[in-house]
Amino acid sequence: MTSVNTSGSSLKITGGRLFDGYSEERDNTALLIRDGRIAAIGEAAAREDADEIIHAGNSVISPGFVDLCCNLREPGNGQKGNIASETLAAAHGGFTTVCASPETSPVNDSSAVTHLIRDGAASRSPIRVLPVGAITRGLEGDLLSDMAGLAAAGCVAVGNGSRGVRNARILRRCMAYAQTFGLTVMFSPENQALAADGYAHDGLVTSRLGLLGIPEVAETAAVMEMLLLAEETGVRLHLSQLSCGRSVEMLRDARRRGIAVTADVALHQLVFTEDALAGFDSRFHVRPPLRSESDRKALIAGVRDGVIDAIVSQHQPHDTAAKQAPMAATEPGLSSIESVLSLGLELVEMNELALPDLIRALTTGPAAVLGRTARLEEGETADICLFDPDAFWTPDSKTLVSAGRHAPVTHRELPGVVRLTLSEGRKAWPQTAG
Amino acid sequence: MTALLDIDQLLDQMEGGLRQVLEQRGIESPVLIGIRTGGVWLADVLSKRLGTEEPFGELDISFYRDDFSRIGLNPRVKPSSLPFDTEGRDIILIDDVIMSGRTIRAAMNEIFDYGRPASIILATLIDLGARELPIQPDVTGRALALESHQRVKLRGPDPLRVELQEAGQ
Amino acid sequence: MTANDSSPHHLQLTRDGQLRHFLTLDGLNRALLTDILDTADSFIEVGERTIKKVPLLRGRTVVNLFFESSTRTRSTFELAAKRLSADVLNLDISTSATSKGESLSDTLLNLEAMASDMFVVRHSQSGAPHFIAESVTPGVAIINAGDGRHAHPTQAMLDMLTIRQKKGQFEGLKVAIVGDVLHSRVARSQIRALNELGAGEVRIIAPGTLLPKDVESLGCKVEYDMTRGMKDLDVVIMLRLQKERMEGALLPSEREFYRLYGLNQQKLALAHPDCIVMHPGPINRGVEIESAVADGPQSVILNQVTNGIAIRMAVMSMAMGGQVAERQQKLSERGQA
Repeated sequence: MTSVNTSGSSLKITGGRLFDGYSEERDNTALLIRDGRIAAIGEAAAREDADEIIHAGNSVISPGFVDLCCNLREPGNGQKGNIASETLAAAHGGFTTVCASPETSPVNDSSAVTHLIRDGAASRSPIRVLPVGAITRGLEGDLLSDMAGLAAAGCVAVGNGSRGVRNARILRRCMAYAQTFGLTVMFSPENQALAADGYAHDGLVTSRLGLLGIPEVAETAAVMEMLLLAEETGVRLHLSQLSCGRSVEMLRDARRRGIAVTADVALHQLVFTEDALAGFDSRFHVRPPLRSESDRKALIAGVRDGVIDAIVSQHQPHDTAAKQAPMAATEPGLSSIESVLSLGLELVEMNELALPDLIRALTTGPAAVLGRTARLEEGETADICLFDPDAFWTPDSKTLVSAGRHAPVTHRELPGVVRLTLSEGRKAWPQTAG
Repeated sequence: MTALLDIDQLLDQMEGGLRQVLEQRGIESPVLIGIRTGGVWLADVLSKRLGTEEPFGELDISFYRDDFSRIGLNPRVKPSSLPFDTEGRDIILIDDVIMSGRTIRAAMNEIFDYGRPASIILATLIDLGARELPIQPDVTGRALALESHQRVKLRGPDPLRVELQEAGQ
Repeated sequence: MTANDSSPHHLQLTRDGQLRHFLTLDGLNRALLTDILDTADSFIEVGERTIKKVPLLRGRTVVNLFFESSTRTRSTFELAAKRLSADVLNLDISTSATSKGESLSDTLLNLEAMASDMFVVRHSQSGAPHFIAESVTPGVAIINAGDGRHAHPTQAMLDMLTIRQKKGQFEGLKVAIVGDVLHSRVARSQIRALNELGAGEVRIIAPGTLLPKDVESLGCKVEYDMTRGMKDLDVVIMLRLQKERMEGALLPSEREFYRLYGLNQQKLALAHPDCIVMHPGPINRGVEIESAVADGPQSVILNQVTNGIAIRMAVMSMAMGGQVAERQQKLSERGQA
């Protein structure tokens, strides 16, 4: 990726409000970036000279966002996006690190595919891409993948994407094997037999519209099973994309009992409910499904008190045809990574979430799940997002970068404009010509 | 300002005209059909005056109007009701006002879907001229030439009266 | 938070509240439902004439787009369209294009190229007619002839017409719907229509495996015991039970279902003496209803069939009327601008 700041040159950001998940807000300070690292902060930075100086004004300076669940669609047939298009979209959304879901074509279940993703990212991504390996071969849920090999090739965790594992016995063996190598396992809790051919929350809206429901218990039964198996095997378990209030309760109890479990929630689960499907809007066909208002409230409370560690984009870009059909025939997922921050800021505006909680769940929370840090201190990697929470933008085909056009909100003004995304000190967004 | 026309005089005129036509054509037992809504009120009165034995029919021409493609379906459509077999009968078709002739065309199309009548006599209370189709009433209560700001309206059913309205009044 | 306002009732009404598509009864008020019933009454009279045809849709093309085959429903729509003087094209898509991998959107593009004015759509997926209504060119009316488990609005309205003929009005009526509500698009539309038209009580009589989640939120009471549920009924509507329901552990056997939820003369005797018996057809005799009841004096099943044609004529002419009126309105606005 071409960039303005070649290593060796320096950049100083003055003013602004500094937030990270560790310390209190620091206002009107300075940040010096040199050689891809934060060279100085505060007084020390203010005194230094730099090749380029950016005045942050009222913008917020936070660590670059970390996404535990993103679909880059590469390898794949290219119709739904690729590493270049989707990582640029991520940078537009303020992300500097994304975990690449193993649900690619072919599936990332071998070190060869992992290398393919890493090589693609090295040459075409403005931000850091961390592959997640498939825990079962072909994500079929039957046979173990070469997990040790995947980890050696650079996978930061193993999981089964949005797909389930055949049964509890295989799940138990997946966990036991992953635990052998100290790998974190990521699972979307869904009991396949209970979810059956459903595609929407089994509740008021499905009853009225005659959609096929996925009952809440399809998730909660799986959460309980996974928590018990994690407790028994001692594996580090990460529950991906919770959707039910009851799951948050069980998670809270498990943590209290000392089980090594973390969890995330997709941002759209905090904003939308089953009502979004009322007009048969296939965009909001997502998995797990959007559930009830009380679930939404409980998930937000989980983020607020930290029981849910991370907010993810669960970015799933699609070609138009994949979304233009009656709901049952469409593919699940939103093209969401560019609106995570903005929709999160709307929650802040509505007093549902505090800004520090939002930033923590987008930075230090997910980083810790991966055993990484995301803090604004001297010596840290300069992964930084600078955004103006009071500026507005309108997502539409002109402003959106992702190949997927099905953003959750379009043609309406949203707060929060990302002014600058720095990945290891290099400008990932905005892209400058040359 | 609203003026009233003398309804009894108009009805006398219609009754007399109809008796004359019936006699000329040698029709002894005609059946009356009124076009909803004004024509139905008139059919009621005229059937009593003429002393017809059979109940009169009511026609709702909503399904036969030629302006469906411009204004859609009349939402207040009611079933037509012809309580007699029209096949081979002499029909007196009654409406309150004739102007373009389109209503009468629609009504005749509808009547033919019930069967083939022997003849149709058209009687209207008021003839406003301004015809767009080659259809003429056999009997008229009165011919009127309205100014562009004037409207005529039959109100009823009890009492029946004809209002001549000045636009903007 | 609601994501948008493209809910079905905005889609199926013109700005001044006329029908332009007929996708669901959701969002249609009592006045409009009554208009549909009244208009259907007029078409019933047309059906009694020597020439059972009116010229309303003369020169217009109605395409019966059946992605799920149903000879009976398609025939009544075909007859209704022909009695409105429309040209009718029957397309049984379940055996052609889409099964060869063509997407619904592509199928539609092809059909629109034939300059059709109306699509009558039956589809196995809930919301398919809604999707089609959103993607067709303006001016083309979409009529839902049954989509997945969602809605079957013409069936529900012909049932309402039958009830009104027999009972005069809806106020205070106690109505029960018996059987497989979970998989039934008909039941959903009936519950909605009965509530909007002011029925006194809507009861659902079924075992727990055949009930949708939170079914009471649709506006009905649940009764598991049919002998209790039959008490004081004015109308009992039996639903068809598909044989597939015995698979997948929804029901143990047809025999047990018939014993508990089948309508026989003994159970019917628990209702009002003038309670009418309805069934959307086709009937499974001995599975949901006894022959003596289906053919008995309280059965109005054949009236339902006759009323089906009139209701479909009413809905087709009203939706087409709404489309043409809207187009005229837009033209005249453009003329003024």
